[in-house]
Amino acid sequence: MPSAADDVSAFLARRGRWSPLEIAFWVFVFATIWLFPGKYLIMKDTAVLALFALSLDLILGYAGIISLGQAAFFGLAGYFAGLIAKYGIINEPVFALICSGLVAAGLGFITSFLVLRGSDLTRIMVTLGVSLILGEIANRYSNVTGGADGLQGVDIAPIFGLFRFDLYGHTGYVYSLIVLFLCFLLARRVVYSPFGLSLRSIKGNPLRAGAIGIPVNRRLIAIYTLSGGLAGVAGGLLTQTTAFCSLDVFSLDRSADLLLVLIIGGTGYLYGGLIGAVIYKFLQDWIASLTPQYWQFWIGFVLVVIVLVGRERVEGWTAAARAWIVSLGARRFARPARLRASSERR
Amino acid sequence: MPILETIGLEKRFGGIIATNGVSMSVEKGARHALIGPNGAGKTTLINLLTGVLRPTAGTIILEGRDITALPPHQRVRRGMARTFQINQLFVDLTPLETIGLAVSERLGLGSDWWRLVGTKDEVTREIAETIERFRLTDVMHTRTATLPYGKQRLLEIALALACRPQLLLLDEPAAGVPEAERQELLATITALPADVTVLLIEHDMDLVFSFADRISVLVNGGLFVEGKPEEVARDARVKAVYLGEELDA
Amino acid sequence: MLTILFDGVAYGMLLFVLACGLSVTLGLMNFINLAHGAFAMAGGYCTVVLVNWAHLPFALGLPLAFVVIAVLGALLERTLYAHVYRRSHLDQVLFTIGLVFMSVAAVDYTMGSSQQFVLIPQALQGQFIVFGIGMSKYRLLIILICGLLTIGLQLIISKTRFGSRLRAAVDDGRVARGLGINVGAVFTLTFAFGSGLAGLGGALGAEILGLDPTFPLKYMIYFLIVVTVGGTSSITGPLLASILLGIADVAGKYYVPKLGAFVIYTIMIVVLIWRPQGLFARGAAR
Repeated sequence: MPSAADDVSAFLARRGRWSPLEIAFWVFVFATIWLFPGKYLIMKDTAVLALFALSLDLILGYAGIISLGQAAFFGLAGYFAGLIAKYGIINEPVFALICSGLVAAGLGFITSFLVLRGSDLTRIMVTLGVSLILGEIANRYSNVTGGADGLQGVDIAPIFGLFRFDLYGHTGYVYSLIVLFLCFLLARRVVYSPFGLSLRSIKGNPLRAGAIGIPVNRRLIAIYTLSGGLAGVAGGLLTQTTAFCSLDVFSLDRSADLLLVLIIGGTGYLYGGLIGAVIYKFLQDWIASLTPQYWQFWIGFVLVVIVLVGRERVEGWTAAARAWIVSLGARRFARPARLRASSERR
Repeated sequence: MPILETIGLEKRFGGIIATNGVSMSVEKGARHALIGPNGAGKTTLINLLTGVLRPTAGTIILEGRDITALPPHQRVRRGMARTFQINQLFVDLTPLETIGLAVSERLGLGSDWWRLVGTKDEVTREIAETIERFRLTDVMHTRTATLPYGKQRLLEIALALACRPQLLLLDEPAAGVPEAERQELLATITALPADVTVLLIEHDMDLVFSFADRISVLVNGGLFVEGKPEEVARDARVKAVYLGEELDA
Repeated sequence: MLTILFDGVAYGMLLFVLACGLSVTLGLMNFINLAHGAFAMAGGYCTVVLVNWAHLPFALGLPLAFVVIAVLGALLERTLYAHVYRRSHLDQVLFTIGLVFMSVAAVDYTMGSSQQFVLIPQALQGQFIVFGIGMSKYRLLIILICGLLTIGLQLIISKTRFGSRLRAAVDDGRVARGLGINVGAVFTLTFAFGSGLAGLGGALGAEILGLDPTFPLKYMIYFLIVVTVGGTSSITGPLLASILLGIADVAGKYYVPKLGAFVIYTIMIVVLIWRPQGLFARGAAR
């Protein structure tokens, strides 16, 4: 009979393993490069949004920090990436992207102290305030940022000097997917690590977390910084793939859309941001074809309806849908074993 | 040498004095009980000792070192752990994850963001041992929120012990535990390792008198009487404070 | 310099009238109503319709704006908001942001996206020169109206029975209900009143703040700052905070134009770091 230690060991080893469903997901995602050649631009936007949502999921779904201000990191890195490309300070896009992410992470670190104190309300206001302030700064210094017209004359050099950004968005899309995947790998590592587990405990019961020796504030600062960095990478990615950056990167719309993406997709399991982004983009594309100008109205409407229906209920539905899909996948992979057993009986 | 000493510990909330100049010491390896009527300030004292509350005055000394200014998580690292009167557990985690968390944290692996939980053998071994010792093996994969209360209470204590403290503060461990599960709990407390000093707050006098080798009585935030169980049981003032409650010796 | 002080006070009092409804609903129902600015905007547009199009006198347009928006507030409170009271703060934020988006888009659709101006009567244009201080007549009116409103509010809260019911409901809703106070009605009335005030503020402020469909989004942060800095447990807190912010903003924009707006934001962040419950909050925050 296996000892408890073996049982524990086996369980923990299995915990971080890639499930067949996950592998299938990513295979499909990368297959879209060849499956939908005409849709690169919208798929690239979806990838950027997915990364952005992933960054919020890390703090909201795992650490329990409510933030309305992820747009601050998104926009700061977006403008940074645009400016260093425009003025030729850093030409190679990958290096520039990493730098933009670091700048955003720096902002995350500086502002993390603001979200440690106070209630949920304070956090909402502070995070919102920071992103609005940055938006205001970008507006004021329009001689640098281009103001309401946006940053003009951004020219992105070829990646590694080899892969030029083309008009169809092919390079842009492959680039975005790879960046998304790498950031996802990082996030996945973090989430399954002891650090990630401690975050979940902080979210559930910060008092007890402190009482078992977890330095709560230090962990929160760390994850908030990482989250800011990832949001920054998403922002830099957008600028690099569109060769443009404008004030709406800081808008409340972006932060609100992000929350909507996570509500649709679910938080706390890493794929929520990705799935939510895909569904959101579908919705947006569909509604925009119906009423291009008043998209904002329908977003507002959906938010109101979701809250009235009950966010937990909606999340319950998405969780149930997820579980159903997972069970489908499990059944599919269990079939060969059953076939083998039945063929053995004969 | 006492493992814990407080000197003139005081806590005021506005005009209310919750802890009134408490000076006590707990000997190493002792089974020290803290009793007193409701509202005497027992939980406040524990909160002061663990750092959840800041004292208005006074000093706390753990193993000869002043810890008065230390935040809670650092006191845990110095060897002090506690349980809560009302379970403070991680309701969405399983017992396995909960214990795993405390063990990783203690071994300094808590900030490791790259490796998986449980890649180290000593971690998995310790998790398994703790779970077995506290009879949680059959529920180790169950979400804490769905565990029966008695099991949750066991987990509460297991979690504190997973921090391998030198000093364990138990805040009314038997509170709310149904009669049927009480025996298991009492057995677990009695079986605590002898090198761990235990400071126990309890109302259950059976538990107190069968367990403690020293009792302090707290009344209105101040230390009223202190001594061996027989002495305290015989003390008329203590009886009076409990309003005529019978104290079985 | 004193003109700046005067303008700052006027701006501050306007902010107060706009924001005090938000402060009360937050303190009373622990409800974050980010759509508060939408009520203000509605009041402004209502006055535009009444005064510019229906040619009603300005003096009538203002109180009507108050009444219309108060009724709108009561309606929305009963039908929509009441369902969201018990929800988490995040839900409330999402809900009210959704309302803001809907109202902004709706106004854009019906009234167009250009800035609207309320026709101000001749008597209120221009300024008095008193002791060398240029006091704009319009701003003087603002100070007057807002000052009266503040005194009125303070009297209502402290001297009337409604006021004591309100204070009881704020302190502990369950106990208040146990005492027979109809907490639901208190909420509706207070919410309606707060929204009405916002509408009045929007009508008054159209001239100074600019009225267009993006108003709720532009000024939301200002209302939040007033509530953050002033706290939610008194009338005087937000009042002092508003005046402080009004003066700081006007002075900042005058003396240090490039950084003017940031004075307000910096103050908010500094206050939040120093005192998460606000500068003037009494006792424990919720």
